Amino acid sequence: MTSQSNGQSPVVEVQGVSKQFPADHNARVHAVTDVSLHIDHGETLAVVGESGCGKSTLANLIIRLHDADQGRILLKGVDITDLKPREMRAHRQTLQIIFQDPFASLDPRVRVGASVAEPLRVHKVATKEEATDRVRHLFELVGLERSMLNNYPHQFSGGQRQRVCIARALALKPELVIADEAVSALDVSVQAQVMNLMLELQQEMGLSYLFISHDLAVVERIAHRVAVMYLGQIIELGSREQVFRDPRHSYTKRLLGAVPIADPRQRTERPLLTGEIPSPVWPAGEGPELVTYTEVEPGHQVADE
Amino acid sequence: MFLRNKAAVVGLVVFSLIVLVTIFGPGLYGISANKMVAKPFLGPGSELAPLLGTDYLGRDILAGIIGGGRATLFVAAVAAAMTMTIGIVVGSLAGYFGGWIDALLMRFTEIFQVMPGLLFSMVVIFLLGPGTRNETLAIGLTLWPLAARLARAEFLRLRELEYVKAARAIGCSDLRIMFRTILPNAMPPLLVSATLTVVIAILFHSGLAFLGMVDVNTISWGSMLGKNRGYTLTAWWMVFFPGIAIVITGLSISLVGDGLQDAFNPKLRGR
Repeated sequence: MTSQSNGQSPVVEVQGVSKQFPADHNARVHAVTDVSLHIDHGETLAVVGESGCGKSTLANLIIRLHDADQGRILLKGVDITDLKPREMRAHRQTLQIIFQDPFASLDPRVRVGASVAEPLRVHKVATKEEATDRVRHLFELVGLERSMLNNYPHQFSGGQRQRVCIARALALKPELVIADEAVSALDVSVQAQVMNLMLELQQEMGLSYLFISHDLAVVERIAHRVAVMYLGQIIELGSREQVFRDPRHSYTKRLLGAVPIADPRQRTERPLLTGEIPSPVWPAGEGPELVTYTEVEPGHQVADE
Repeated sequence: MFLRNKAAVVGLVVFSLIVLVTIFGPGLYGISANKMVAKPFLGPGSELAPLLGTDYLGRDILAGIIGGGRATLFVAAVAAAMTMTIGIVVGSLAGYFGGWIDALLMRFTEIFQVMPGLLFSMVVIFLLGPGTRNETLAIGLTLWPLAARLARAEFLRLRELEYVKAARAIGCSDLRIMFRTILPNAMPPLLVSATLTVVIAILFHSGLAFLGMVDVNTISWGSMLGKNRGYTLTAWWMVFFPGIAIVITGLSISLVGDGLQDAFNPKLRGR
């Protein structure tokens, strides 16, 4: 599922990555199975799916918080799959992450200014004065008052904290930012503000996003391309228009059908998702069947059913 | 905040007084704890008796209390520091890295944990001989597993939090994450535990002294209890006042620990 349009290597390329976790009784949770995707410069790829489908594991694999069991992860053409933590550190400047819970992702004992400056200090890319300047600039960039620099995280609202997290993620001028349910925990109005901020930053800095979400309305607003994940595998991948206007896989259709429409006149009979998703836990030695794909249009791949 | 916790302030004041008395008291009071100053078995208030009476050899009980805190408090403080240091190092490594490192370190910890504490410190003193250094070592070696368990539990809990993951994603080294990100957040329970450890160490040292397992030439509250215990029914003051000294010291340190817990909570800071 890789396509290189302009000859430039994509920011990140994931090739057939799998990850399993041990479960009880020798069984294994197949969290991610044979996932391949790529993200070009300045592009937003959204990964959608239900809770437990493996989207967050995929994010952790790409940023190397987990190690992949199989497959390769290429960052700007460089294979980072097996890099040791020390070697990986240099690449972390290219790759940053924003987590879901803005209340949990800032150290409660560190002033936010110091939190935002921490990447700069760890990577020794700035002197103390430069770091202070840069943090001030970042605060401006994400729309926070400079006077808040010396506050502690608990003095901020959820939206403000998420702005702090974005500022921290941008401190090293990354090229790819993984947003793992980054707006899911926010109020709808704040959600819109943070998304607008992310879109502005993308335009200004040419960022790429891997945007992980279960909220299709959010995804439709921010994504260029969409990957639908189900039980650890991608079952449909295409541009936003392709996936939202012309979903081909039955699961995608049902997922889109589950989005409530505010206008009752537009409500039609839609296939709804019913029941729990099947378990990703398999006995040792067994696993899910690998899906095969058909390209129904250029760039629109659908798992065969 | 610490100052808002009135009990903690009282504890701190009392404990500071005890420390001051321990340091400067013997010089100011001027009467040696080992010297016979009056007839034996004089109770407080009786004629010619010092303020708190005399013991079976006619030594001044008050002089003993003023002079006896030094050995106990010093040993307890150093033993508690040793306990926390070993405990935090072992516990943080086990909790942060997990896997076989955790298994190995925890089995090692259990070796120390399964032995009855006072017996184990007695064995250490038997082997090494009495003296301040060996008493400290004996108590420290006995108490560190508790601190290690607590530190491990805190590291296990904290390492899964998103801000720790964020630190890893930023590219912080393991050492930095352990000691700059996790440890400060693990400190409140560890600090409270440290103060409790001081209390336990005081009790341990007193227990050892009571059993005659410490240097006989050094007077301490515990050894006063031990040596005078045969006269408890006839001369209550000989064991009552050293015992009270131990209780008040322990209580005041516990109160300080409680106040520290508030002081280290950033949500209460600056309010």
